[in-house]
Amino acid sequence: MSNATVVVVTSGKGGVGKTTTTAAIASALAKEGYQVCAIDFDVGLRNLDLIMGAERRVVFDLVNVVRGEASIKQALVRDKKLSNLFLLPASQTRDKDALTEEGVASVISELRTYFDWVICDSPAGIERGATLAMRHADEAIIVSNPEVSSVRDCDRIIGLLDAKTKIAEDGGRMPKHLMITRYDSDRAKTGDMLATEDVVDILSVPLIGVVPESKDVLKASNVGLPVTLSDETSPPAKAYMEAVRRLLGENIPVTIPEEKKSFFGKLFKGRAA
Amino acid sequence: MNILSLFGKRGESASVAKNRLQILLAHERADDGSDAVLISSLREDILAVVAKRVEINPDSVRLEMDRSGDVTTLGIDIELPAAKAS
Repeated sequence: MSNATVVVVTSGKGGVGKTTTTAAIASALAKEGYQVCAIDFDVGLRNLDLIMGAERRVVFDLVNVVRGEASIKQALVRDKKLSNLFLLPASQTRDKDALTEEGVASVISELRTYFDWVICDSPAGIERGATLAMRHADEAIIVSNPEVSSVRDCDRIIGLLDAKTKIAEDGGRMPKHLMITRYDSDRAKTGDMLATEDVVDILSVPLIGVVPESKDVLKASNVGLPVTLSDETSPPAKAYMEAVRRLLGENIPVTIPEEKKSFFGKLFKGRAA
Repeated sequence: MNILSLFGKRGESASVAKNRLQILLAHERADDGSDAVLISSLREDILAVVAKRVEINPDSVRLEMDRSGDVTTLGIDIELPAAKAS
């Protein structure tokens, strides 16, 4: 029987890359051979199904499970490519109180017995959905863009992680990892963008990965594949796979994979893979 | 086919994205929750039929739906108990 590690992917601000990160991390973990479940907590505005390419196969969702209308096993959607990767979709209901605290607690504790990793995709904001997503987490991945409003919102979220979670209420401290996304090294170098060290300095959360701004992320979402599955050699895929190794406890320095720009780089790209 | 498409170098992934969205939104706009109800009832009916012949664990019956273009397919996956050693 497994005893999963539950990870919440959260940020406060919307549009910074929580869903992209959830899909990328979950599939990278599955590629490592773990049993993985990704849960979409964004009730009313689900999108993880679309990013993972499972939208046509969703029948039941998290709210059906919480209400007892379907069992967890019936609601889990198996990934097309990886048989050890599952998605528990959010529902499209407009009822904000569809999720109950007890319902979520029992879903998470059942999932813990089936999987090695449970990755919770938090909705934006600091409302009920976001606090429920982080409530039972063992670890948190905080996603930030190198941009002032995003960093500020992360700081609010860190406050919630240290106050509103089960771990915090039991007197513990939530282990946190910082994932910086949409990073542009050139602009950081010229001082037009916050550098990774700046963000780490301000938030005081250890860095787990830096994902460069990249056209590959949009391409992957177009076709419904997590970026770590669509093109393993792309810079964002490398960044996420590196982050996963760190999540698994490896102590490796953080690098910032970059787009190959030179003529020769392009010429040999196909072979280097 | 549009003749312009021969010249306009449109990325392939964008047309995949458009197609996926069209299918998804057509279903979402029309969906009144009847899909889930239908699946639930079908599941019960099928379980009853199969249970007449073999003993099955309700948890080992999986129904999968796949909505593509104009067709929705339903897949039924029943795990039969291992044959008894005779």
